[in-house]
This record gives sequence, structure tokens and C-alpha cells, in this order.
Amino acid sequence: MLHLILFSVFGLVCVAGAINLLVQSHPINSALSLIVVMGSLAVEYLLLGAEFVAAVQVIVYAGAIMVLFVFVIMLLNAGEEERTKGSRVSLLIGIPGMIMGSVLMAWVLITHSGTHAVEAGALPGAPREIAQLLFHEFLLPFEVTSILVLIAIMGAVVLAARPEPLQPEGKN
Amino acid sequence: MVPLSYYLVLSGILFACGVTGFLIKRNIITIFMSIELMLNGVNLSFVAFAAQWHQLSGQVFVFFVMVVAAAEATVGLAIIIAVFRTRETLNVDQVNLLKL
Amino acid sequence: MNVGPFILVSLVKILLALFVLLTAVAYTVWLERKVVGHIQNRWGPTRVGPFGLLQPMADGVKFLFKEDLTPPHVYKPLYIAAPMIAVIFALTSIAVIPFGDWLDIGPVSTMLQISDVNIGLLIVLGVTSLGVYGIALSGWSSNSKYSLLGGLRASAQMVSYEIALGLSLVGVIILSGSLSLREIVDAQGGHFWGFIPKWNIFYGGQIVAFFIYLMAAYAETNRIPFDLPEAETELVAGYHTEYSAMKFAMFFMAEYANMITVACIASLLFLGGWHGPLGGPPWLQALLQIFWFMARVFVFLFVYIWVRGTLPRFRYDQLMAFGWKFLLPLAIANLVITALVVALRS
Repeated sequence: MLHLILFSVFGLVCVAGAINLLVQSHPINSALSLIVVMGSLAVEYLLLGAEFVAAVQVIVYAGAIMVLFVFVIMLLNAGEEERTKGSRVSLLIGIPGMIMGSVLMAWVLITHSGTHAVEAGALPGAPREIAQLLFHEFLLPFEVTSILVLIAIMGAVVLAARPEPLQPEGKN
Repeated sequence: MVPLSYYLVLSGILFACGVTGFLIKRNIITIFMSIELMLNGVNLSFVAFAAQWHQLSGQVFVFFVMVVAAAEATVGLAIIIAVFRTRETLNVDQVNLLKL
Repeated sequence: MNVGPFILVSLVKILLALFVLLTAVAYTVWLERKVVGHIQNRWGPTRVGPFGLLQPMADGVKFLFKEDLTPPHVYKPLYIAAPMIAVIFALTSIAVIPFGDWLDIGPVSTMLQISDVNIGLLIVLGVTSLGVYGIALSGWSSNSKYSLLGGLRASAQMVSYEIALGLSLVGVIILSGSLSLREIVDAQGGHFWGFIPKWNIFYGGQIVAFFIYLMAAYAETNRIPFDLPEAETELVAGYHTEYSAMKFAMFFMAEYANMITVACIASLLFLGGWHGPLGGPPWLQALLQIFWFMARVFVFLFVYIWVRGTLPRFRYDQLMAFGWKFLLPLAIANLVITALVVALRS
């Protein structure tokens, strides 16, 4: 019962944050609602027993990736969005389309996945067990993603650097 | 006791909001944030299925999704900064010429 | 214990911990003013009460009655929310910090910690990462050059040094085999070679990690020598330029609460927590453990203030180069060596 109450409360916070992200016109408000969504998702992970994943979600996603987003919004001084012809057309077609698609998907999910109940803390994801899996079965993906992160760092440094001024022709 | 379908519906709603944001928003950074919202929705369904079938691989996979999302956010934001430097605008409708 | 008494005892612990933390924040300010004063060959506060001990009360009254000015050009929602975010995340870490072992008073048997979570250390790191938002958002919402620059610099600095901070703690985690703060302290009990305590800094060989943690902590809490984001001669006051009275007091409290949290974590992870040489009856044990813990935290805070009074500050590019090019490789090297030693020993 408490599980259902906590799930519903934080599920509502997630959905409210997601809808707020769509409704707000200034990007910083959207960024803050996304942070709220990530925080309540961390609580949902805790309800499923995934404690390490919840902590990593807060540290990495809400505490580092979203800081990067907020940084870029502050640096580029992104202002409020304008309403153009393109945005009005996409609002007209996009929102009804998405609502129809998600209602269809929700109907399929609810009728076919049955009512297997997941109890609170169903699969305790202690760091020790996750580390066992990560360094034994998933060792190759682990090493590959570390190379991916290295490439991303190098790429970001190169792409965001100020372009070097070209040397004029007649300079010795 | 929460049925599994509730978790999947929540994950689906988050994913749908992400796709909607991707379609209707005109600011590059907000579009990027909708992509992150989609990834979060998918993470939730991974963890929910991991809990149902008692396999920790679901949670390990969420870890990988987060790392890939971090790498993609880094490179994507660097590209956005580079685009802003040349086009002076963050509106996707106005970034429509190959050469200025 | 049943649910009712458990909730009651937890509430008492929470209120007590908050009260002690807020008083500690106020008196850390007093300690800083006295120590920095003596370093600079002057007295520090002496007028208000004996040795100026009532100065924090006077400061509190001043902040309460000062005019709370909201400039017209700020982005109001974030302007008001940012100091609250900073303070909330600064005060949250006290929930997982253990002050001692168990305490048995009559029918109640409780541990001297608000909650012992399996991933306590990760929660402290997560809350530290979220504390960046208070500073970034305050810098941006103030809508002024100095604040924006100060906020950007401060957030970039904090995010960069979080990495070295976290990596320096992984050596300790490898040695104790657990992320729970209580178990990390329990692994440091006992003595070796007769009288030297088995703290992680001696027996665990984490002396390099301790210094990395020290320097990363100074950068995380924006203290000298890493306090360029709020230096008066550079940026007026950095990210809290446009704030007055209570909101400024909240930033102030957040900075000192962060210092105290960092000092507590250093005492727990490197300096042996609450272990001390004296014994005695159980009630005296609990008090002594709290006393030893506070003594370590006090020493750490004294070193913080001592460094503040002594060193000049880094320039921003020197600061970032130090964090990325020196501390990070050193922390990784410490991690590799610790892992090798533990693997070869077992």
C-alpha cells in the first residue's frame, strides 16, 4: 500500500515535470523540470531496489549532465522561444499524433503485460553484485564505453574550441 | 504491490513526452533535453523488467545507457556551441542553409 | 523497535542533528574570524560577550533585520530559489553521517546516526553534485556581469574537482569493501604495531589520497586558495553580489555547512571516525565517541581556516590546470596502486 502511494506520488511528479518541460518556453525552466524528473526517477529506482542505479542517476545524470545543459543555456544566453509557422504546424499535428500513439501503446501494455506485481525493493542492486556483473560478463562493453567517453572528451574539446585565426598571406 | 504495467505506462508516458518535445520545440537545447527525457523513460523500463525477472543485467545496462547519454550530451552541446558561434541563433527553423 | 518509537527517536535525532549543525555553522564563523584575526596579528571579535562568543548571535540578528532588497532586473523565481537550493543540499548530508556507535538509554537502543544507508558515501557525493545548482542558478538569475562570471567559474571549478574528490575516496572504499559510512569506520578499529591506530591514513596507506581529498575539498567549498569565484578584488562578490540580508546569510550558511560536511567525511574515512583510546561504561563510551569525532572535525576545520589565513589564491587557469592535470592523474594512480596492493595481498 505504501509502495503504491509512493509510486503514484513520484510518478505524478515525473509526469508533471515532463509536461512542464513541454509547456515552458524558456529553456532554463525546461532544464529545471528535467532535473525534477530525474530526481523523482531516482526515487522510483529506489522503490524497485536499485540503490546503486539511483545514486548514479543523481550523481551522473542530475548532477553532471544537467549541469552541462544549464551551463550551455547560461553561456549562450538562450532566450524565450518564438512562435514560428513551423512550430504552429508541429503543435497541430504533433500533439494529437503523440496522444493517439501513447494511448494505443498504453492500451497494449496494460492488456498484455498482465498484473504481475513487483514488490518494493524487488531486486536489491547492491554495488558489489553490480560490480561482479560489470567486470565479468560485461567487461567488453565496459572497456568500449570508456574508450567512447575518451573520444567524446576529445571531440567536445575540439568542437567547442574557438577557431584559430588564419594567418594572412604576406606574413613572414 | 505495484503491477509491472504501471511502471511500463509511466516509462511510456515519459518517452511520449520526450518525443512530443522533440517534435514541437524549436530551440536546439530543448530538443536535446527531450532526447534525454526519452533515455530516462527507457532506463525506467529497463530497471522495472530487471526487478520482475530478477536479473541484474537490466541495472547494468542502465549504467551503460547513462554513460552513452553523457558522452552524447557532451558532444551534442559542443556542436550546439559551434553552431551558435556561426549562425548566431538557437532556433532550428533558422539553421536551414548549408552555407551562410 | 516498533514503528512508533522508531519515528519518535528518529525525529529527536533529526532535530538534534540540525540544531547542532546550525550552531556549529555559526560558531565556525566565529572560529574563523578569531583564527584569521590572530594570524593577521589582531584580535578578531572581542566586544560581544566574553571572547566575542556572542558575535554569531549578533550577526544573526543583523541578518534578520537587514533590508532584503530584490533588484528589479533579476529573474525572480530562480533568484529566490537559488539560496534555498544551496542551503537545503548543504544541510542534507548530515543525515548519513555517523557520530558514534550504539546508544542504549533504557528501552531505546539506537545508533548515533540518522540513517545508515548501504550507499551512504554515494549519497554524500550526490548531494555535493547537486549543490552546484545553487551557485550556478544564483549567478545566472542575478542578471549581472559579475554574478554570471562568478557563477560560471564557480560551477566549472566545483564540477572539475568533484572528480578528484570522488576518485580519492575510492581507495578507502576498496580497503573497507563497503560504501556504508558506518562500516568504513568499523574497519578502522584496533591498533597495529602496538599503539598506532589502524586509521586509513596510516595503516591503509591512504596518505596521498588524504591530501588529494583535502585539496579537492578546498576547491569544492570555494575556499582559499581556490576562492576566485567569490574574491572581492576580482569579481566584487561573485555569484552572491546581488544578494542581501537573509539570502546572503543562506549562502554563507551553505558554505560553512559544506565545510563541516567535508570535515566530517574526512574524519570518518581517513582519520578513524570515532575511535579513541579511552574506555569506560557504555553511556560514557557514547559520549566519548562523539567527543573524539568532534575533535577530529575541529582539527580539520582549524586546518581549513589556517590555510585560508596563509595562502594566496590561484588564478583561474592555474586552478583548472591543477585540478585536471595534477590531482586527477594522482588520484587515478593512487586508485591503481591501492587496488594492486589489495589484490596482491588477498
